[in-house]
Amino acid sequence: MSATPLLELRGIDKSFGPVQVLRDVALTAYPGEVTALVGDNGAGKSTLVKCISGIYPTDSGEFVFAGTPVSITSPRDAAALGIEVVYQDLALCDNLDIVQNMFLGREKRSGLVLDEPTMEQMAAETLAGLSVRTVKSLRQHVSSLSGGQRQTVAIAKAVLWNSKLVILDEPTAALGVAQTAQVLELVRRLADNGLAVVLISHNMNDVFAVSDRIAALYLGQMVAQVKTTDITHAQVVELITAGRSGALGLGAGKGQTDNGGEPAASTPGAVR
Amino acid sequence: MTTTTTVRKDGPAGVTPAPTVGSHVRNYLGRVRGGDLGSLPAVTGLVVLCVVFAIVRPVFFSAANFANLFTQGAAVTAIAMGLIFVLLLGEIDLSAGFASGVCAAILANVATVLGYPWYVAVAAALATGMVIGLTLGVLVAKVGIPSFVVTLAGFLAFQGVVLLLMEEGTNISIRDETIIAIENRWVSPLLGWVLFAVAVGGYAAVQLLRHRNRTSRGLVTDPILVVFGRIAALAVILGIAVYVLNQERSINPLISSNKGMPIVVPILAVLLVLWTFVLSRTAYGRHLYAVGGNREAARRAGINVDKIRISAFVICSAMAAVGGIIAASRDRSVDPNTGGSNVLLYAVGAAVIGGTSLFGGKGRVIDAVLGGAVVAVIINGMGLMGYSSGVKYVLTGLVLLLAAGVDALSRRRSASTGTR
Repeated sequence: MSATPLLELRGIDKSFGPVQVLRDVALTAYPGEVTALVGDNGAGKSTLVKCISGIYPTDSGEFVFAGTPVSITSPRDAAALGIEVVYQDLALCDNLDIVQNMFLGREKRSGLVLDEPTMEQMAAETLAGLSVRTVKSLRQHVSSLSGGQRQTVAIAKAVLWNSKLVILDEPTAALGVAQTAQVLELVRRLADNGLAVVLISHNMNDVFAVSDRIAALYLGQMVAQVKTTDITHAQVVELITAGRSGALGLGAGKGQTDNGGEPAASTPGAVR
Repeated sequence: MTTTTTVRKDGPAGVTPAPTVGSHVRNYLGRVRGGDLGSLPAVTGLVVLCVVFAIVRPVFFSAANFANLFTQGAAVTAIAMGLIFVLLLGEIDLSAGFASGVCAAILANVATVLGYPWYVAVAAALATGMVIGLTLGVLVAKVGIPSFVVTLAGFLAFQGVVLLLMEEGTNISIRDETIIAIENRWVSPLLGWVLFAVAVGGYAAVQLLRHRNRTSRGLVTDPILVVFGRIAALAVILGIAVYVLNQERSINPLISSNKGMPIVVPILAVLLVLWTFVLSRTAYGRHLYAVGGNREAARRAGINVDKIRISAFVICSAMAAVGGIIAASRDRSVDPNTGGSNVLLYAVGAAVIGGTSLFGGKGRVIDAVLGGAVVAVIINGMGLMGYSSGVKYVLTGLVLLLAAGVDALSRRRSASTGTR
């Protein structure tokens, strides 16, 4: 069991006008682990991610990052803490090459001039550190890359900045079988390198293949956060669709997620 | 020649760690087949047009006419350079032509009517251009009116402003010698060769330094032979141009000698180097491409998208002012038609013919020069053929359509092959 969680959310509430999207949500992410965030469409996954990355302000609730309470009010705050989000649409510029995309908005320069050799070297080292060998040239335009390669570039862009927490929004949604395997391998490697990873996914095979913990959202409430080894495929589906599964979920699980601490530690017995 | 001159400066590095000349050429051909035509259409068009006109009208190839090409195409080229910044964002500036007219009218009023020295007049013209660009940019970026509509309104309004500044249709002659010199005086042949040496030497130094720097860091580089090839190609092209421009063009040299490159040529060369540097070597240029390629991605990367869009319009209108100054110098006067009629279409045509995409995200400043050369050759050649204005307009329209068609088709082709 890892020591302290890298990111800990407690009692997050978020409303858009009269619609309450997140209700008293708690989430923990540990360094070196992949936490899968699952939930049906509209469960609040994307909203939660946008709260963590500072795009949306939260109505109430506290953030604890690496043991200290923090407030994240803008994407800049999140980036300063080392939180990077890879969105589903990847946010890459097709007309720029891999290096240019990885450094977009944070270019290295010497004086007025862009320092291309340094950027190219850093990009090459980052990709090598992730054991990426699928791109043939760093000066390729992104438009010429496959879906998996684009995802790889987006992830490499996120880890380039010594980030500590990487949030991936449906990284495998648009990929084929082989490319999905490649990207999952990369996600696993991020965690093995000591980063905390939050993976949003609809695909149960992906979730069970790569995650250490599973956090399930149901209609804006965190119904369970458990170790992947302690739960079955069918139970996760039940949590996603009905919000409860046996002793887990609404009613049973709610009191525990409220403590914020570590609900996973107390639930395994109930599951077995 | 075509291959070496059209290779992009940062052309994708080869597949293997040590690319050979052969692989470099194969890469280039692959990109062309994939729809990334670069400067190929402009260079091909230029060669074909020159050959055709030279056969039909041998006088086209005379030294005097060669110098004419530069003075005729200069104003359009300057406006096209500015338009490229706006086109890179996927926007359009239809008012650039009449904006240049407004700036020329300001220039004439300040220099001739008010009698200020040339540098005050030029500064006033440039400042007018920047204010126009700022206004257009704010309306597009902050208010959110489509650039097509904003600049169409500008197209109409500026036409009226020129008339008002000209007191309903009179024209103002330019008497300031410095302003007139831009298009009507020549750099001495010796100075021409000095400028040639500076240009080629500077290009060679930049290319070789980059090659050495990248090699020493173990990065993939273009083969040294390709680098030398590029330098040699530039030296040959510039050398021929300077040599021809240095020929005596006057019919009777004893009365008035007439040789050397027009002063506007080094001015355009400096602007070309300046804007190329801004676009390809600075963070601002990188952000401009990013906004043109994917505005949302640029915004999420922390780029101030509104500022970039406004600045592009400011640069565009400032370059239109430069075009207006050149036009005023060439005509030695400013009239309500300066910057009017087809100047804008020629400028847009020059940018698109040169290879800048109307869809945004793709283009270089050199495109304006290559496309401007094609436009100048068409105007000049058709003048020599003695066609009527009607035929000229129709042919120019067809050329613009052809260039936009090539752009659209190459874009479709690159979408299907996944390269752009």
